[in-house]
Amino acid sequence: MAPLLHVSDLRTYFFTFGGTRVVKAVDGVSFTLEAGETLGLVGESGCGKTTTCLSLVGLLPPAARIVGGSIRFAGEELTGKSPRELRRLRGRRIAMILQDPMASLNPLLTIARQVGEPAHFHLRLRGRPLRERVLGLLRAVRIPSPEVRCREYPHQMSGGMRQRIVGAIALAAEPQLIIADEPTTNLDVTIQAQYLNLLKEIQQQTGVALIFVTHNLGIVAKMCDKVAVMYAGKIVEQSPVRELFNAPQHPYTRALLGAMPKLGRREPLYAIPGQPPNLADPPSGCAFHPRCPEVIPRCVSESPEEVVAGNGHTARCWLVQPDVEVSRGRPSA
Amino acid sequence: MPRFIAQRVAYSLVTLFLLSMTIFVIVRLTGDPALLMAEPGARPEDLARIRAQWGLDRPWPVQYVSFIRNVVRGELGRSFNYRLPVSELYFQRLGNSLQLALAATLISVCIGVPAGIVSAVRVNSWWDNLGKAVALLGLSIPGFWLGLVLILVFAVWLRWLPTSGAGDWRHLILPAVSLGWYFAASLLRLTRSSMLEVLGSEYIKLARLKGLPEAVVIGLHAFKNALIPVFTLTGVNLVIMVNAAVVIEVIFAWPGIGRLLFEGIFQRDFPLVQGVVLMAGFMIVLVNLVVDILYALIDPRIRLTR
Repeated sequence: MAPLLHVSDLRTYFFTFGGTRVVKAVDGVSFTLEAGETLGLVGESGCGKTTTCLSLVGLLPPAARIVGGSIRFAGEELTGKSPRELRRLRGRRIAMILQDPMASLNPLLTIARQVGEPAHFHLRLRGRPLRERVLGLLRAVRIPSPEVRCREYPHQMSGGMRQRIVGAIALAAEPQLIIADEPTTNLDVTIQAQYLNLLKEIQQQTGVALIFVTHNLGIVAKMCDKVAVMYAGKIVEQSPVRELFNAPQHPYTRALLGAMPKLGRREPLYAIPGQPPNLADPPSGCAFHPRCPEVIPRCVSESPEEVVAGNGHTARCWLVQPDVEVSRGRPSA
Repeated sequence: MPRFIAQRVAYSLVTLFLLSMTIFVIVRLTGDPALLMAEPGARPEDLARIRAQWGLDRPWPVQYVSFIRNVVRGELGRSFNYRLPVSELYFQRLGNSLQLALAATLISVCIGVPAGIVSAVRVNSWWDNLGKAVALLGLSIPGFWLGLVLILVFAVWLRWLPTSGAGDWRHLILPAVSLGWYFAASLLRLTRSSMLEVLGSEYIKLARLKGLPEAVVIGLHAFKNALIPVFTLTGVNLVIMVNAAVVIEVIFAWPGIGRLLFEGIFQRDFPLVQGVVLMAGFMIVLVNLVVDILYALIDPRIRLTR
């Protein structure tokens, strides 16, 4: 059976200053996701995680455009679909949870209205069934006394509750895929764990697939089945979650893991030297070479291709076993 | 909350007190009203008698205290020129001014708000540029010039509408358009920027992520939030138009408060000018007070921070 989502060689560029400057925010990204699976999308700020997600739902900012590649979702090609078709898909089959629970609810509409909207517009529910659905959703995300709460406004809720309500909105029309863009960044730590457990539970009940965008590798270890590490618009390493933690191949991944605090260890945390590259003027060859501790001359001149490093494990690095069979990806510019 | 209201009321009273002093002094800097009230070439004794009759020979502080004492009792004094109580004159003209101001408000809202929304939704498009041009013209073309051009075109050349005066609805059109024009432009700009701010917010992004039809996103999710500042401006504009449409009312000979103020200034009619300005100030302060209190009722955060 075909995977639920198959993204191949996706390229989303930003065109600024009348198209004279091109920023390759997403530059040849490929990954697949099965129904019910969770993919972690990891990387520093500005590496193209969010642009990848927005490309999937067709809500890119005006300056950005998908210039190549394909997105196959449940057997359908999404690139090239009309805005109207994409709108019907959004919220219905692919839902998204945004970062900031404080800002993502409309301050002037009731919770019931906001939670009910996807079910109303996509599933044509109204009246009593709609109300039942809203109450059911609020119960599913553990909002206490939903009959009362659904008449209230966002400012009457705590941050954790608001983010659960955003979760309820995502679930409202029974999507097959939920993209969660750093959903816990703005929550405090105890609430984070609660929220993640809730998402996991909902996933087990509904079989929804998840894409989890985060820069927190701890969350990845807890939540995800597989991980894709992004750097400068490319996926530099991709693997099942356990293998990535046990045998990271790409120096960037190793650096990220080294930057993670560990209990019981007193040595200072490793900080990756330098700054993430400016995507409007990326470095030659491998984009990570100016910061890479293991750089070799070849990294400066040529961009490495994706190399298979194990079962379901790929990496883009010249240092990864050259004798392993090279996958047939297109060379990336 | 009672404390907050008391504080606001106190601020308002201070504002009115400062206004009354300012207008009291400024109006006295315009010259001697006795010269205008007496016959040309009147003798100095006659002028002194007129001054004494109206209490203008007393020192300014004494005059000011008696002015304020009257105001507190609800009297604005007696007009030099009309020999009538200022409040009576004011309320006689209020109806006409309200009529004109409401018509102008209606015109400005009907033009400014929809155009502002279209400009924001189609930002940087042809529509937006047209909106910007209209706003620029609206804010930079003086009302008196527009009024004169409108009279020339619609009353003199085309003879569709009367040139001036009050009467039926046709008399209202030209002055209302000239007066509403400026305010339409300011509403357009405010609606546009307010909508743009809301459209860039996360909750609008989430509304789009829900797959809602664009009409629902704009019309319900965005518009409702963008409307609050627009309402406030409309309310304040209305009060300004009632009391300060001086130029337009003079050009169109519209018997409103603005024209009354103009006559008062022209005749050095101190009580009339003081009374009209103070009433205008009172209304503006009152509207702002009500808006402040309403905001505090709507948004608990305002209550806490002040």
